[in-house]
Amino acid sequence: MKLTRRDAMAALAGGGSVALAGCGGNEHDPSLPIDDVAAVAEAVYPSEVTGYQEFVETYIRGRSRGATGYRQALDQVAADLNAIAREWFNGPLPALSRADRDTLLREVGADTAEPRPDGTLAERTRYYLVNDLLYALYTSPTGGELVGIQNPPGHPGGTASYHR
Amino acid sequence: MSREASGRVDLLVIGAGPAGSLVARDIAVAGHDVVVLDAGPRFENGRTDRMEAHLRPDRGPVWPRDPERDAYTTDGRHYPLAASRVKGVGGSTLAWHGMAPRLRRRDFELNSRHGVGVDWPLSYVDLRPWYARAERALGVAGAADAPEGPPREEPYPMPPFPPSASDRILAEGAEQVGVATYTAPNARNSKESEDAPACAGYGTCRPVCPSGAKYTAERTVTEAEAAGARVVDRAAVRRLHHNGDQLTGARYTTPTGEHVQEARHVVLAAGGVENARLLLLSRSDVFPDGLANSSGAVGRYFTDHLFAGVGGQVDKKTRQHHVGFHTTESSALYDEVDPVVGIKLEFLNNAGPTPVGVALSDGSWGDELRDRVAAAYGGHLAVGALIEQLPDPDNRVRLDPEQTDDNGDPVPRVEWSLDDRTRRGIERANDVQRAILEAVGAEVTWTVDSETTGPAAHQMGTTRMGTDPTESVVDPDCRSHDMRNLWVAGSSVFPTGGAMNPTLTIAALSLRLGDHLAGVLAEEKR
Ligand SMILES: Cc1cc2nc3c(=O)[nH]c(=O)nc-3n(C[C@H](O)[C@H](O)[C@H](O)COP(=O)(O)OP(=O)(O)OC[C@H]3O[C@@H](n4cnc5c(N)ncnc54)[C@H](O)[C@@H]3O)c2cc1C
Ligand code: SF4
Repeated sequence: MKLTRRDAMAALAGGGSVALAGCGGNEHDPSLPIDDVAAVAEAVYPSEVTGYQEFVETYIRGRSRGATGYRQALDQVAADLNAIAREWFNGPLPALSRADRDTLLREVGADTAEPRPDGTLAERTRYYLVNDLLYALYTSPTGGELVGIQNPPGHPGGTASYHR
Repeated sequence: MSREASGRVDLLVIGAGPAGSLVARDIAVAGHDVVVLDAGPRFENGRTDRMEAHLRPDRGPVWPRDPERDAYTTDGRHYPLAASRVKGVGGSTLAWHGMAPRLRRRDFELNSRHGVGVDWPLSYVDLRPWYARAERALGVAGAADAPEGPPREEPYPMPPFPPSASDRILAEGAEQVGVATYTAPNARNSKESEDAPACAGYGTCRPVCPSGAKYTAERTVTEAEAAGARVVDRAAVRRLHHNGDQLTGARYTTPTGEHVQEARHVVLAAGGVENARLLLLSRSDVFPDGLANSSGAVGRYFTDHLFAGVGGQVDKKTRQHHVGFHTTESSALYDEVDPVVGIKLEFLNNAGPTPVGVALSDGSWGDELRDRVAAAYGGHLAVGALIEQLPDPDNRVRLDPEQTDDNGDPVPRVEWSLDDRTRRGIERANDVQRAILEAVGAEVTWTVDSETTGPAAHQMGTTRMGTDPTESVVDPDCRSHDMRNLWVAGSSVFPTGGAMNPTLTIAALSLRLGDHLAGVLAEEKR
């Protein structure tokens, strides 16, 4: 099931980062840790989901617009995770296999940690990466379809689907 | 923005929820000077962020509260007051669900018909034209399809939302057990209007509608301001001032200081608990039991609606959570006499967990999480209900003798319990709810019964309306018997509460109050 830019836009409209007009596909910001976040997405999203690179890019770019604190925190957590990836798996996050990324996330404790924006690495990973990505997916039409709902809460999918 | 007092105004309104803002708007439109003071903030923009806060357990509260400002105590059955209201411009409608039914004829005549409770000093027919105006003010979508529903003189201002997929499943069960249903009236745009867009289906109506399709009193506040009313936020009124016969104004505290707003008339519209509290706080040597309280009824007869519900699962798709509001109700049990308590049934469109709720609380991810979310989303169905609680003088709001709020004032103390009649009403609702679910082959998985029930956030009765000044606080125009320039708006004036969500009736009474007050002001200025 392919995630689309539309899914990301929808998740963004839901998430309040409404400066979508400038979210054109060719406006690349190399300083954002898109590849790292996409690498985590591949680990936490269901295996049939494809297209998350573009989805994540649109989503993260929209989220970080004008949100300096968020950007810094995201950069920090990506850098911290990469440091551990290099130490334990001899490579940065995006270079690891899906299974190794999954192991890494569990080893740092992101599977059991409480989500906290200013907490430990496990807590920040849960907050800025795992929960943010799961939120974006399961409030998007594609994420909804995966579990049997065309218009999941958080997505403005209109008023036709509820009475079909 | 300045929070200093204006010069003496024609009208001071305390509280910018629907009750206060509707009066403020109409008095301003009539050309009088109006100041509205609200204890809470203006919650600007950020509605989609608030939605995310609601959907994500790791985010802050949707409508932030101040624990010291909002402190309270309860005695008897716990009453979760802070969670049952919102302080801010728009009041509790910021969080409300938007269900907007009229009371039924029986609700105004309970004592004459059944010898319990009291009659209202108004009839349904008296209120009927004001209900129609209230439906226009709140933009109510509905269909006149309620069997034996209260008679209407005109269609709803908005076309109805059609019944949901799960309504259709439940309607079969309801038919089998002889329960007729109708379209739930909703204060929510089924189509775009001049001042708000059509419902976009975010599905988070309670506690926040990101699109603005759900009515909130912010809409009325905007109209009031356009008509010249001055609305001051973060201005908590602490005392009403008087000269023995009349109110002269009110003292209020803002983040930067204390002020006195003088006014010719005062409308108290601070919600069902604060209305009583403010009258009690304004006690003095002349009025040791509180202002406007020669009847001793201020704070007494506190009632709410009780929630009753049964939920279960079927082996098919029930399409829950596509929208956040309900589309079918039933008053089939409403007029029953054993016990005499109103019961309104509601078919829920938000039964079971949301996908994002499961995804963020489960702890797993990947394929495992997908399967768990799909399984948890499943085939849920649920029937809820509101149950009437009859007025009892011992259920009451008083001033707590020991605890004070951020301003050093005694906090409200809610003394509240359930009587047997209410319990039996809950049990009766549960029996029928269970029968409906079983008729459609559902496996019942949960019940909210007379032990686990809770209030529906509809605080009523504490400044009751009546014709006899020894038994009631305000007259049928919502004007204090004791202080003729004090008016009370909101569900605190309800002598009984029926089993219908109160806000449309609050709005109808406020519009009626505004009309009378405009007449009084015009007369005084002549
Ligand atoms: C979660 C939830 C869901 C609900 N769903 C429904 C529904 O579906 N249908 C329905 O009919 N009703 C519903 N209600 C109830 C509905 O919100 C209330 O009936 C309605 O808002 C009451 O209007 P009001 O103006 O009297 O009081 P409020 O809306 O509570 O407004 C009172 C205002 O007064 C202010 N205030 C309080 N004290 C002071 C003071 N000392 N000085 C200055 N200002 C003060 C407060 O800050 C507040 O803004 C719901 C309520 C909640 C909490
Ligand atoms: S479903 Fe509810 S929250 Fe969503 S747009 Fe409609 S009224 Fe607003």
